[in-house]
Amino acid sequence: MAEAAKEKIVIEIARYSPETDHEPHFESYEVPVKREWVVLDALNHIKDNVDGSLTYRWSCRMGICGSCGMMVNGEPKLTCATFLSNYAKDGGKIRVEPLRYFPIVRDLVTEIGGFVQKLKKAKPWLIRITEPKLSEDRFLQTPEQLDRYKQFSMCINCTLCYAACPVVGLDPIFIGPAALALAQRYNMDSRDEGSAERTAVLAHPDGVWGCTFVGECTRVCPKHVDPAGAIQQYKIAAVFDWLKSFVTPRGRDASSSAAND
Amino acid sequence: MPAAQPQTINSAPQYTLYHPRWYRPKVSVYWWLGERHYLKFILRELSSVFVAVFVIETLMLINGLRRGPVAYAHFLHRTQNPFVVLLNVIAMFFLVFHTVTWFNLAPSATPVRLGGKRLPDFMVSAPAYVAWIVISAIICWAVLQ
Repeated sequence: MAEAAKEKIVIEIARYSPETDHEPHFESYEVPVKREWVVLDALNHIKDNVDGSLTYRWSCRMGICGSCGMMVNGEPKLTCATFLSNYAKDGGKIRVEPLRYFPIVRDLVTEIGGFVQKLKKAKPWLIRITEPKLSEDRFLQTPEQLDRYKQFSMCINCTLCYAACPVVGLDPIFIGPAALALAQRYNMDSRDEGSAERTAVLAHPDGVWGCTFVGECTRVCPKHVDPAGAIQQYKIAAVFDWLKSFVTPRGRDASSSAAND
Repeated sequence: MPAAQPQTINSAPQYTLYHPRWYRPKVSVYWWLGERHYLKFILRELSSVFVAVFVIETLMLINGLRRGPVAYAHFLHRTQNPFVVLLNVIAMFFLVFHTVTWFNLAPSATPVRLGGKRLPDFMVSAPAYVAWIVISAIICWAVLQ
């Protein structure tokens, strides 16, 4: 490191080694504060120059892969988009921990298998009951139809919303904000016919009814997906669907479902 | 790809049996105390208790009115108890908090679309605030007449 940065900041990192530790502990490192450096740059600096055993996930370093989510001073953040300079004022410290509520594999790496299982349960893909002919213009959408789900489609599966949601921590089988928002993303899609198939998982005590509308998922989402909004909108639609089931004979209305309004 | 695949294709993957020892953090009973946003959420949930207090008090007031001037005067006398006054002040604070937080959350639960575009959030919550102020003003005017 030829160029010497004037300013330095202390960064406390949660370390956990499954071979030797019973629980995580903090280790402090001093890193230079450069104007364009983010927390991820500081971690890379430590791994390259100080302690090569520091373990964390990252990939794109431009806010789209969703790998580098960590707790920065108690807030779930994408570390590639969290600038050191914001914390360096008044001799501030940075404390980096693995994302909350997830099992910890090593240091800052969380176990996301449970999240992936939940995501699969929500069936976040296009489901078709009927296939239009190839000769037809398949799946054309108007800008209005796109606008209905576009916001929910921005999710990058970074799991920051899971680390923000106290329900996820208290009730580990709650399917969680991102999975519900992605289910709603496909429910609102004019090309999708699978909302009836998703109802069993969504309109369930561990689905939308597990949500108490804390709203933290929406606040921390780096992609402005608004999972809390998606969940509340599904709750309202599910209630109307339930009321409708009293007046509509069973089986008559198979394709309509909670979220298609 | 190996020729012989395990026959349990639908069961959950078994490799987790041999994973390294994960550390599973426990959620403290006081999880809602340490963080400002969580505390605000708990207070918002708690505010419904004070909404119930106000509902009961209003029902008692109506019951007093129904039973005549003596019963009403008795009710008014009881509400002058300092403990009841204190309870009412606290309840009022939570009632306003309850109303404001829910009005602010309403647009995300019920997005309104006009001409294919979603209305900005304040356009959904503003009518609720206007209605709240107008109805409160009418009640104030009627009571203070």
